[in-house]
Amino acid sequence: MLLAVVRRAFDMVFVMFGISVIAFLIFFATPGSDPSARIAGRNATPEMLAQVRASFGFDRPLYVQYGRLMQRLFIARDLTSFVNRGQKVVPAVLQATPVTLSLVFGAAVIWLTAGIGLGIVATIFRGTVIDKGLMLLALCGVSMPVFWFGSVMNLITQSRFHDTWLFSWVPGLGYTSFFESPSLWFKTLVVPWFTLSVLFIGLYARVLRASLSENYQEDYVRTARAKGLSESRIMLRHALRTSLITLLSMFGLDFGALVGGGAILTEVVFNLPGIGRLTYQALQNLDLPFIMATVMYSTFFVVLANALVDVAHAWLDPRVRDAR
Amino acid sequence: MSDNILEIRDLTVAFRTEQGPVEILQGVSFDVKAGEIVSVVGESGSGKSVTSLAIMRLITDPNAMISGTIRYKGRNLPGLSAREMRKLRGREIAMIFQDPMTALTPVHTIGWQIAEQLRIHFGVGAKAARTRSVELLGKMGIPDPERAYGCFPHQLSGGMRQRAMIAMAISCDPAILIADEPTTALDVTVQAQILDLLQDLRREYGSSIILITHDMGVVSTIADRVLVMYSGRIIENGAKSDLLDKPQHPYTLGLMRSIPPMTGERPHRLPSISGSPPLPGNRPEGCSFRPRCEFSFSKCNAAPPLFRCNEQFAACFLAENGSHQWQRNSAQERTGE
Repeated sequence: MLLAVVRRAFDMVFVMFGISVIAFLIFFATPGSDPSARIAGRNATPEMLAQVRASFGFDRPLYVQYGRLMQRLFIARDLTSFVNRGQKVVPAVLQATPVTLSLVFGAAVIWLTAGIGLGIVATIFRGTVIDKGLMLLALCGVSMPVFWFGSVMNLITQSRFHDTWLFSWVPGLGYTSFFESPSLWFKTLVVPWFTLSVLFIGLYARVLRASLSENYQEDYVRTARAKGLSESRIMLRHALRTSLITLLSMFGLDFGALVGGGAILTEVVFNLPGIGRLTYQALQNLDLPFIMATVMYSTFFVVLANALVDVAHAWLDPRVRDAR
Repeated sequence: MSDNILEIRDLTVAFRTEQGPVEILQGVSFDVKAGEIVSVVGESGSGKSVTSLAIMRLITDPNAMISGTIRYKGRNLPGLSAREMRKLRGREIAMIFQDPMTALTPVHTIGWQIAEQLRIHFGVGAKAARTRSVELLGKMGIPDPERAYGCFPHQLSGGMRQRAMIAMAISCDPAILIADEPTTALDVTVQAQILDLLQDLRREYGSSIILITHDMGVVSTIADRVLVMYSGRIIENGAKSDLLDKPQHPYTLGLMRSIPPMTGERPHRLPSISGSPPLPGNRPEGCSFRPRCEFSFSKCNAAPPLFRCNEQFAACFLAENGSHQWQRNSAQERTGE
């Protein structure tokens, strides 16, 4: 067990190292991506450029630059922005983390509940109008781009219907910490939660519907019926329990990617100062230290989620447990 | 007849298709006595499994149309509510399926699955259910039942899994056990052990067993009575010894001939029944075996009813006036006299 954990941790470090090198090379070493030219500005004199190069250390060999960057990011934690000199990267990322976590956790609760619920209802009514209607709705949810849907939600709740009883409670865009005002925290996040979860509700409902109806073709469901079990018990303890394996794997990966900044569009549309928006801003003005930091942050969560999914998979599926 | 525990009359199962309804079962009628082992034989597609699923009301296809009566201890099963039927399933009538590989839920231990049934039907506590499950597994001849209790289906061999399946089926001491090809997926030695086990069950608990198989060897080992099915009908019904010795229907005769003889010279080539059974949507007029039958004659253009022939029943016009000449000849042929 301990050995497995250590091996896993080693894998994680290795993957993060690889990604950090690739990201570093993309931003620092691809032709035409001279960071000093960008920092010095458009009309910089050659002397200014040389000065910038020296002061940021761009005149040193690449591996030294990489090493210094990593050292300042992970060990000294004093890496600063290229754009706003003096703004430290690590505290900014740490500050953005609770915002993203709030958004993703809430959305995950909604999408799991609704996705599983809809998947079960559609399976129970499979082949009927209810099933087809739900699956069509789910397809709509999957197909709507988040930036568009979020903007529409904003249009409805912030502008067109904001003065009606329906949406007058929706506060302006932005984020309030849970510890400042739990009720305001909740109110600001309801619409983003919903927006973010719609895609996943659709996706999960469809995947679960497919998986459950496949399970219903299996012999063991017939055995369960022959045992005299009730339909609800067959659904929950036999069919759904087996489908959870698929669903949980999916969930872990989605959740990890979102916590790592994958909710970038939702965060930008709703002006939530989370990791996604931080990445967005860093990309807009090519703030390399921030880009490196958010890339590493997001890699960490994706890799972590993968590891957790593997553990959960073994826990849920005895066949996998024995295979290792 | 009070000793009939199950009476099936005119059981017809049809499926709605684009080409109109297709009858899979055409008026199947038979009885099962208490403590009797009835074997249902026939080729794939003859309706054996559908019969058993219809008894259990496990045909869930919304396009299925089922008619006829299935009386279990005087109660008509098709008329029961879903709730009453659920109470009966597993408790009064239990079922064993062909492939123990896929018939157990892969994510639960076999012990849990047996205990689940006990808890559902008897409302016993977790601990009592566990004790009883371990006991049942032991009775099925599973070595170290304590350990087997905690095993997942994939951790056991096919034979062990089928034993677990049987343990589950008999856990509530059912009056009827339907075994749908319980030995088909197993190798021959395990097959013999499972058949022994089924016979022990009948002896010990007095349960009736409906054994569905296409293996004449299994039939001759274990059955009291044999039903031969062909193309959705029962074409012959009789006590095992009568039926195997003096088959009245040409199809049964064909089946018997296709078994290699135990004594005498080995035939160069085993005789087989030419052709293949008709598809349910495409049966010939009259007797559905007619195109493959070497004895067919003018009367066969009408569908034959079951004729009584001593203690046997056969759906063949040759049996109309009691037992006939050809079967005596062929019996001699078979024994090599």
